[in-house]
Amino acid sequence: MSGKFDIDRMAHLARLRLTDSEKVRLSEQMETIIEYIDHLDRLNTTKVEPTSHAIPLENVFREDEKKQNFPDLDPLSLAPAAKNRHFEVPKII
Amino acid sequence: MKYETVIGLEVHVQLKTQTKIFCSCSTEFGRPANENTCPICLGMPGVLPVLNKQAVEYAMQACLATDCRINPRNTFDRKNYFYPDLPKGYQITQLNLPIGEHGHININVNSVQKRIGITRIHMEEDAGKLVHGENEDQGKSYVDLNRTGTPLVEIVSEPEMRSAEEAREYLNQLKAILLYTGVSDCNMEEGSFRCDANISLRPFGQEPFGTRTELKNLNSFRFIQKAIDYEVERQTNILDQGDKVIQETRLYDSDKGVTRSMRSKEEAHDYRYFPEPDLVRLTMDNEWIERIRKTIPELPEQKRKRFVTEHDIPEYDAGVLTASQSMANYYEECVALHPHPKIISNWIMGDLSYELKNDGREIEDCPVAPASLIGLLQLIDKGTISGKMAKTVFEEMYQTGKPAQEIVKQKGLAQISDSSSIDKLIDDVLADNPKQIESYRNGKETIIGYFVGQVMKASKGQANPAVVNQMLKEKLNQP
Repeated sequence: MSGKFDIDRMAHLARLRLTDSEKVRLSEQMETIIEYIDHLDRLNTTKVEPTSHAIPLENVFREDEKKQNFPDLDPLSLAPAAKNRHFEVPKII
Repeated sequence: MKYETVIGLEVHVQLKTQTKIFCSCSTEFGRPANENTCPICLGMPGVLPVLNKQAVEYAMQACLATDCRINPRNTFDRKNYFYPDLPKGYQITQLNLPIGEHGHININVNSVQKRIGITRIHMEEDAGKLVHGENEDQGKSYVDLNRTGTPLVEIVSEPEMRSAEEAREYLNQLKAILLYTGVSDCNMEEGSFRCDANISLRPFGQEPFGTRTELKNLNSFRFIQKAIDYEVERQTNILDQGDKVIQETRLYDSDKGVTRSMRSKEEAHDYRYFPEPDLVRLTMDNEWIERIRKTIPELPEQKRKRFVTEHDIPEYDAGVLTASQSMANYYEECVALHPHPKIISNWIMGDLSYELKNDGREIEDCPVAPASLIGLLQLIDKGTISGKMAKTVFEEMYQTGKPAQEIVKQKGLAQISDSSSIDKLIDDVLADNPKQIESYRNGKETIIGYFVGQVMKASKGQANPAVVNQMLKEKLNQP
């Protein structure tokens, strides 16, 4: 199913169920992306400062103050299953 | 023991903020499940995290108090994995540029000082809490996301500890430092101070480390020591039989006192870290770092050294007294009122700690204030009561909160030191015991103990024994 890119493993890690045709299409797209990254990798960046964010902003903070942004929101009402104020999920150990 | 134990510790510490690291939800412990949640910490699509400035400053304090170098540029990263306690499907943490690196703390084990390196300190968000169903709910797990998004620092040590005692002392010191700086309440029962231990063995003299196991679920200092001891023995047996230790995560079972493999499916973790795109750059300039540095109080180690040099008390006492900041403050308040450090240290480590322990109280809730304790010590100095009586008076002070003077008066406990009262008592005793006087005068001087006993009895224990002894000798030696 895969060339350089292991689509089955990636789908498993992302918990995605893909059809065979999706796998083929996504593998091709991912390989194109990886090729492009490989291309960038070959550039000389010794004088370029690493970028961790595209927006040139820094130090955006909140003060440490309690707020209830959604006082009417009952998170449990959004869940497929809940019991005793807890979200109910299949057993996980 | 032919193997050397190698221990490294990872400690997760909850920062003492009012709100979560990326949203304004409360971090209060013990609220009804899922009450402290909002779309941000529930991981709803489209929400954006905004960093809590106080969390960053607490993390900076933790770094400065452990001599870490603060990275002027920090990044946050996503650690991707699926587990129901992590609703976003990733944890925001710091991988490549953590807030602090290359720190250390000093520990003292058996009077030997040792420096333990701190590899790094990074900020991250906590996950939620899972409860596993029982009986009819056996196939279910239940998720409480109150804790999700609580600010943590993870403090990673170098693998430089060589025994369970060293590990325990490292944790003691680390906890004391964090409490002194006020960055965390370090409450283990509430999960504010959690420890994982990496343990391996290697033959003495061998440089490369052996295969390590990671111990989790170490939720009290006592368990940590026991779990490490158990694990060292388990690995020793494996190596002795010529087998190999398997690298794995093991859980400590405190009921049975054993560690157990977590036996997760042997799938190598692949967290696919990448820079968190929802948070902008975090930079710390010198001005900010220096401003935070000024908030760091005198730390336990400095205090300990100062007590030894300035007050001339033993290293051991100084260690006990500085274990908590409030105890050190109590001690210092006492010394300021009454410059007899060793006597004060004895009282705090002895009777005072004994009462507090029985009562399950901390020293900040002690009903006997420093000034009251000193009031008692001054009564001993003046000879009003004996050291032995003082113990009884102290107990009463602790129970009732009354000052020493009042208790002594009420109970008629004052020691009789004035010579006229004692003179009378002695004369009565001597008049009743002519034979014993003769023995004494014939050279049986040890019989003086008998006289002292009789006088003390007649005074209901309140006569000052030193005065009695002195006066008896004078009288008996007169022809």
